[in-house]
Amino acid sequence: MTARGRLAGSLLPAKKYLALFRVRFQNEMQYRVAALAGVCTQFVWGFMEILLFRAFYQVGGEMPMTFSQLVTYEWLQQAFLALFMLWFWDKDIIEAITGGNIAYELARPMDLYNMWFTRVAAQRIARALLRCLPILLVAFLLPEPYRMSLPVSFGAFLLFVVSTALGLCVVAALTMLVYALTFFTMSASGVRIFAASIAELLSGAVVPLPFFPEKWRLLAELSPFAAVQNLPLRLYSGNLAGDEALFYLGMQVFWLVALVLLGRILLRLMRRRLVVQGG
Amino acid sequence: MIELANISKTFKVAKRTGGFGEAVKSLFRREVTYVHALDGVSFTVGDGEMVGYIGPNGAGKSSTVKVMSGILTPDSGECVIDGLCPWKDRKAHVKNIGVVFGQRSQLWWDVPVIDSFELIRDIYAVPEAVYLRNRNRLAEMLDLGELLKTPARQLSLGQRMRCEIAASLLHDPKILFLDEPTIGLDAVSKIAVRDFIRELNRDRKTTVILTTHDMQDIEALAERILLIGKGRILLDGTLEQLKHRNTGEKKLTVEYTGGTLPTMDGLTLLHRQSGRAELSVDPGILSVSDAIAALSGQVEITDLSVQGMDTEELVVSLYREFRI
Repeated sequence: MTARGRLAGSLLPAKKYLALFRVRFQNEMQYRVAALAGVCTQFVWGFMEILLFRAFYQVGGEMPMTFSQLVTYEWLQQAFLALFMLWFWDKDIIEAITGGNIAYELARPMDLYNMWFTRVAAQRIARALLRCLPILLVAFLLPEPYRMSLPVSFGAFLLFVVSTALGLCVVAALTMLVYALTFFTMSASGVRIFAASIAELLSGAVVPLPFFPEKWRLLAELSPFAAVQNLPLRLYSGNLAGDEALFYLGMQVFWLVALVLLGRILLRLMRRRLVVQGG
Repeated sequence: MIELANISKTFKVAKRTGGFGEAVKSLFRREVTYVHALDGVSFTVGDGEMVGYIGPNGAGKSSTVKVMSGILTPDSGECVIDGLCPWKDRKAHVKNIGVVFGQRSQLWWDVPVIDSFELIRDIYAVPEAVYLRNRNRLAEMLDLGELLKTPARQLSLGQRMRCEIAASLLHDPKILFLDEPTIGLDAVSKIAVRDFIRELNRDRKTTVILTTHDMQDIEALAERILLIGKGRILLDGTLEQLKHRNTGEKKLTVEYTGGTLPTMDGLTLLHRQSGRAELSVDPGILSVSDAIAALSGQVEITDLSVQGMDTEELVVSLYREFRI
């Protein structure tokens, strides 16, 4: 085989996933009004959170993040909500499991885990792209002290980008675990609500992790949920930097590997006892 | 070449009778029964054969198709299709097969059908030239035309099904599994789909295995029939052979005025409605001409026809014979 042929051969699988990514993306782009509504909600929500924290900051006392860091954290969180939130799901995948369309998914010459992982990531990226620009634009134009700041340094920005990509993969791997468990329970909502409520708290979606009491903060920071949004949002504003940042990036990689392995094992177990619902 | 030997598959099913009390009880103790969906199924299908797979609801037709297409892993038994085991070598195996599940959809709901086709092209790594040739041929034969540019959600069931069948054939599969492909189709679409499948089998030597409840499908397509009931293969033969099994009961349809129909051994009344009656004649007991003579002696016949059993009735009598 020539070098070129080998290259083409190794790229073939990538092309499949790219195509899958594209069609999931196109599908998502059909929902532009939903995106607009999402932008409004997220903007209002972000503003409310910031005002709430402002009240606390005005009372005074020592805070683990500067107000400017907090404001930036909140705006980024709202802009990239679709990338990191654990409470939204690919309804086609859940339908495939509980309704039996899994039959078609397994009739494709692709690895089921990779196929669904790609779809989950594509859906999240498509949603985030549709929503983030208006929110970021407004957040950068707001008057001080509510204005979002630029990244503290170019290095911090690079770390933010890397850790956002890793965070997206971790959240996709977590979602895959929930889908795999849906095979065993059939009612998807129980597992989903449980996962979502724990994850919300421990990932720093409700209150950023630095505000947690010491012991709880440690516990949360070691959990896989902290490997989602907590890290990129704090790297951007410089709340985390240096060796500490590298340590947590390592944690992100660790959790990604562990969660993907676990998800693959669960899916393999499922394949043996699969029942296609609805005949 | 498809070979199945002693394939068995058991499903665990939670059982409870209706009612609130039972629902509460099932929270604490679930009663589980085992359903033997497949109970030692064996058969062989050669290359280029076209096989109709029939049986009542819940007989195990779809389960067999899902085992052969690598979706279900059986509890025991062997299956080799073109040298591969469907569930162990799933990815390599499914490249060579096409599957249509009549009750499900493989098209992306919100994007035009053509986008789904292009995704399938990339998933199966179909070369562009082959893809275009197949797509154009399928579009022409199944009359897809404008449908390709329409999102799947806006298609009617029949239109969607034609697109589904085309989607399963874009990668030139050597074997095609059709699980109730004509479900919900109108007469025109049904005939188009049947003609298409026949041509595919004749011109490209595609092996076709089809499950259906539509006996016209069987008559139009299946050279060979496999009858399955309660997870076992009960009969394997051609439609003609099956028809001969039944001793050649005949059906008399009479239109008459006045008089009452005679009752005699070997003559059974199937159906009667204002001056029109359907009777079955068992030629072992009573000859058809004697039956007609007896009829004309009692009633004024205005019209009369004699038919053999049609496929639908044949299947009903088979189901009855095997108590499935």
